Amino acid sequence: MVPIEIRDVSLIYDTPGGKVPGVKDVSLNIGASEFVCIVGPSGCGKSTLLNIIAGFLAPAAGEILIGGKKVDGHGMDRGVVFQDFAQLFPWRTALGNVSFGLEMKGVPKDERDKIAREQLRLVKLEKFTASYPHHLSGGMQQRVAIARALAYNPSVLLMDEPFAALDALTRDDMQRLLADVWRETRKTVIYVTHNVSEAVYLADRVIVMTPHPGTIKTEIRIPLPRPRDPLSVQFLDFQKDLLRHLGHATDASGPQKANGKTTA
Amino acid sequence: MIESRQRRLSMVRGVLSLSVAAALYELTARSGYFAPALLPTLPTIARTLVATIADGSMIEHAAFTLYRVMFGFALAVVVGLPLGILMARFARVEHFFLPLISALMPIPSFALVPLFMLWFGIGNLTTILIVFYAATFPMMFNTWSGVRSVNPLWLRAAGAMGADEHRLFWKVIIPGASPFIITGMRQAFLRAWIAVVGAEMIAASDWGLGWVIFDAKEFLNTDVMLASLIVIGMIGFVFERFIFGSLERMTVMRWGMVRAAKG
Repeated sequence: MVPIEIRDVSLIYDTPGGKVPGVKDVSLNIGASEFVCIVGPSGCGKSTLLNIIAGFLAPAAGEILIGGKKVDGHGMDRGVVFQDFAQLFPWRTALGNVSFGLEMKGVPKDERDKIAREQLRLVKLEKFTASYPHHLSGGMQQRVAIARALAYNPSVLLMDEPFAALDALTRDDMQRLLADVWRETRKTVIYVTHNVSEAVYLADRVIVMTPHPGTIKTEIRIPLPRPRDPLSVQFLDFQKDLLRHLGHATDASGPQKANGKTTA
Repeated sequence: MIESRQRRLSMVRGVLSLSVAAALYELTARSGYFAPALLPTLPTIARTLVATIADGSMIEHAAFTLYRVMFGFALAVVVGLPLGILMARFARVEHFFLPLISALMPIPSFALVPLFMLWFGIGNLTTILIVFYAATFPMMFNTWSGVRSVNPLWLRAAGAMGADEHRLFWKVIIPGASPFIITGMRQAFLRAWIAVVGAEMIAASDWGLGWVIFDAKEFLNTDVMLASLIVIGMIGFVFERFIFGSLERMTVMRWGMVRAAKG
């Protein structure tokens, strides 16, 4: 898998109310097969940064290199998972959704079905290959979305709060599942969330961002062994540490609400 | 299982409301207040219907009407679908056609029949063009709305998975817009079906269900008129319920993009 270099990236939103800086001078190096979580309050530019890395937005300044190659628009070296369940194509079955990227690559039907089945097995949905998305629960739909993003074998997986719209119990299951998938596939993952315990559970390294303008405030390494126990003392210490950073992050901009336990 | 039970139930309800309407008609016809020549009883209408079907004339008239409507409808789809898509994709095309649609769509196709007769004569060409006129705008309009309402997340996801413009169009935009496209076809067909009967009344010679009704007026054949109306209604019903209905059930309903009304 490949490393990612983010060099002095800035983006300004042109809104009717004037120019609003989205992210400002963000630099970050991510190692191959590293799992990085970006946390921060709403409006801190974390999703904007992810969209720039995905190639959906072009930065006003700076550049991003993935495996040494400059990002210019979206590419098949990156798989993307969004928060909204509606990201799946409703007219395709789970299998049809997962095989979409392979179809675009020109992989023959037998082979892409085989690979898609394998990916669905990875997210424990092998029994639902023929189901349409509207027959699947929210958690299952997000698992299909993960399988779909992995199926064409990108080296980087970009995830924008993929579990934020799920209930707490399902979210715990999904986090465990994602940790397993990551261990098995060794993708480089950039994962945006505002849920602190999620970040501590998943990440090798947590990047904390602050708003107005969106900049990186600090980063915290999480050297805990996996699978991690969310009730262990060290886990809770990291969580507290992170919350403290986030608390400071929001002091300047209004009431504290970045406790990570708030709803999506 | 539940679905088939619900469909049986809705059929029973349909038959029930039709029976009530028929009974009211029969009561009025037999009340003695109206001349039987103007308000024939149901058995009289049924006898005429059976007789005209048996001698093949009703079938032939219906076939002519269907030929005209299908021809005009197919033309409307072939023209309206791509134009609707182009409108949604290119602002210039939209700016050109949108005012045109707003101005032309409200003109009843029937009002154009005399003009079209002068231009294209009496017969198939005029009726087909009237149908085409009636059906194209709803087709265009709905396709345009459908393409614009395609979820941008699908486009992003497909783009990230390497879909080029061509495949984005066929594999995402067309299926994504399909609920609107099917609605467009439904509305186009209904308008086409209304237009064809009207056009046939004045612009067709010798054949077609509209012509039969208009011709029967000359001879006070109200039973023939009502029998033809029943055929018109039945064919429209079959298209609406069975052809477009099952198209919808096989696609957008199966995909959960539209749902059946509950309760």
